[in-house]
Amino acid sequence: MLGAMAAIGTAGVSGMASAATPGARERNVPPDATKVQGVGVATDDGGYGLRSQFETEVRTRYPTKTTESSWSFTPLQDSIGMITPSGLHYERHHGGIATIDPSKHMLYVHGMVKQAKKFSMADLKRFPALSRMMFLECSGNGLTEWAKPTLKTVQGTHGLTSTSEWVGVPLSTILNEAGLKPGAKWLLAEGGDAAVMTRSIPIEKAMKDCLLAYGQNGEAIRPEQGYPLRLFVPGYEGNMSIKWLRRIEVSDMPFMTREETSKYTDLMPDGTALQFSFLMEAKSVITYPSGEMLLQKPGFYEISGLAWSGRGAVKRVEVSVDGGKSWRDATLHGPVLPICHTRFTLPWEWDGKEAILQSRCTDETGYVQPTIKALVDERGLSSVYHLNGIQSWKVAASGEVSNVHHY
Amino acid sequence: MSITTKQTLIAFAVGLACTSGFAAQAEGSTATSASAESPHHYGFGTNVGPEELKQFVSPLPDGRGLPKGSGTVMQGEKLYTQQCLACHGANLEGGIGDRLIGGRGTLAAKSGPPVKTVESYWPYSTTLFDYVKRAMPFTSPNSLSNDEVYALTAYILYKANIVPQDANMNQDTLAKVKMPNRDGFKPADR
Repeated sequence: MLGAMAAIGTAGVSGMASAATPGARERNVPPDATKVQGVGVATDDGGYGLRSQFETEVRTRYPTKTTESSWSFTPLQDSIGMITPSGLHYERHHGGIATIDPSKHMLYVHGMVKQAKKFSMADLKRFPALSRMMFLECSGNGLTEWAKPTLKTVQGTHGLTSTSEWVGVPLSTILNEAGLKPGAKWLLAEGGDAAVMTRSIPIEKAMKDCLLAYGQNGEAIRPEQGYPLRLFVPGYEGNMSIKWLRRIEVSDMPFMTREETSKYTDLMPDGTALQFSFLMEAKSVITYPSGEMLLQKPGFYEISGLAWSGRGAVKRVEVSVDGGKSWRDATLHGPVLPICHTRFTLPWEWDGKEAILQSRCTDETGYVQPTIKALVDERGLSSVYHLNGIQSWKVAASGEVSNVHHY
Repeated sequence: MSITTKQTLIAFAVGLACTSGFAAQAEGSTATSASAESPHHYGFGTNVGPEELKQFVSPLPDGRGLPKGSGTVMQGEKLYTQQCLACHGANLEGGIGDRLIGGRGTLAAKSGPPVKTVESYWPYSTTLFDYVKRAMPFTSPNSLSNDEVYALTAYILYKANIVPQDANMNQDTLAKVKMPNRDGFKPADR
């Protein structure tokens, strides 16, 4: 297992030259592409486009005991812009990826409603649709990094977050359709996977901005993202955005399911645990240069990274190249959207000496991304979830970039 | 920067005053939540009755929603050996699956690494029934009858020194079991 862990972030990079990488087809490369005809239209891709055979980035799985209850990381080190390709969106499953025929899928809405109802996918698509670009992040993102730098690449340290355009029906539309009864305070969202994954959601949040999503980046959501229907709970920890959504039960109290009691709760130093720590607070990370990269020689580099906040839009990202002694404002690349990855860059002239690169995000509420030390001082080392501290990358004089803790 | 184009207040029968959280994402965007304008009824979907909803089980911590059924520690022990032992161990010590018992007194930082189990960490007994019913056994989820799940719940709670050996768990007794860490949780302020 240790060997497998050490391989995280490097898998896929050293892919076999002879086999096409996932999502690609190996084509002959002519010496001069201007002297031969290229590949004919719709002759070898079945009508669904492929990426270049030279692009090798893939999701990598964390070596949990089973492949069904496991997670995979988005290769942020290769990310370009703010959108995550659907096939590279991070995954966290508790009972594998369910395979569901959309023509047979139903969403039940019952409990404290005036009229219990069920909706087919065709029913749901008749309602007025809404689209939003939003990030999703697993609250376990970075859980290996509390005590000491552990995983080598930004894929391992931060890869449990991704951004897509999500399209669907506002949950409020469906709750209005069934009609909430007086006293309704929570609802249970239940998935149709083998884990029958469940979370309780406050009614206020459900009515405010939750989405029943069936679309992702211009097509149906991927099986790994809950095809044909997932809940999307903006800005809240990813596991609440229940995939393969099949049921909503309205209640006057939380259901206290396994995931919201024994799992996604944050143990504090005094032995009590924080429950319903929903919000994914402001966070940022430099994706280039980042762990395991090599800067060939001194000179100009554009530092690039991603910032996001569950509270709203990113307002400011500062970058330090001297371990936090001094900070400069990075450029935010628009559109800067609420609850969405925002790309930032900063030009940097590397002098060839050791440097510590850090980024610090401030969101529109004024919340400033803390140091890891500040979080540890407040929460100890056993809370597992919600690590949003400042990431440090050390650039050695040799140009090698590595994951370090630096306060 | 974002603007909010629809902040129409909706007065729900439940007394909630909710605003549209879907602030438009970009200047000039016209896409807003149609539902924010009024609780319009479209009439899509199909009404369902209680009979069709019986297939779903999700008990509340006070015991509402627990299905009828019962099981004893002894019945649970036999089932555990057949259905659970391979992953959770002969002594409920864990393996491929989580450790289920022990760990009391380990949650505070001064006691060393925390051991989070049903016995030491889970605040509600109903959660145990609910989770085993919906998701276990891992290789054959949702295959156990309600009686079998009550029996397994009784056995695990007995091995966790929470209920006596002659305990019978059913829709009335289960929610009355007070878990050792019942008061160990507080709502986060974030």
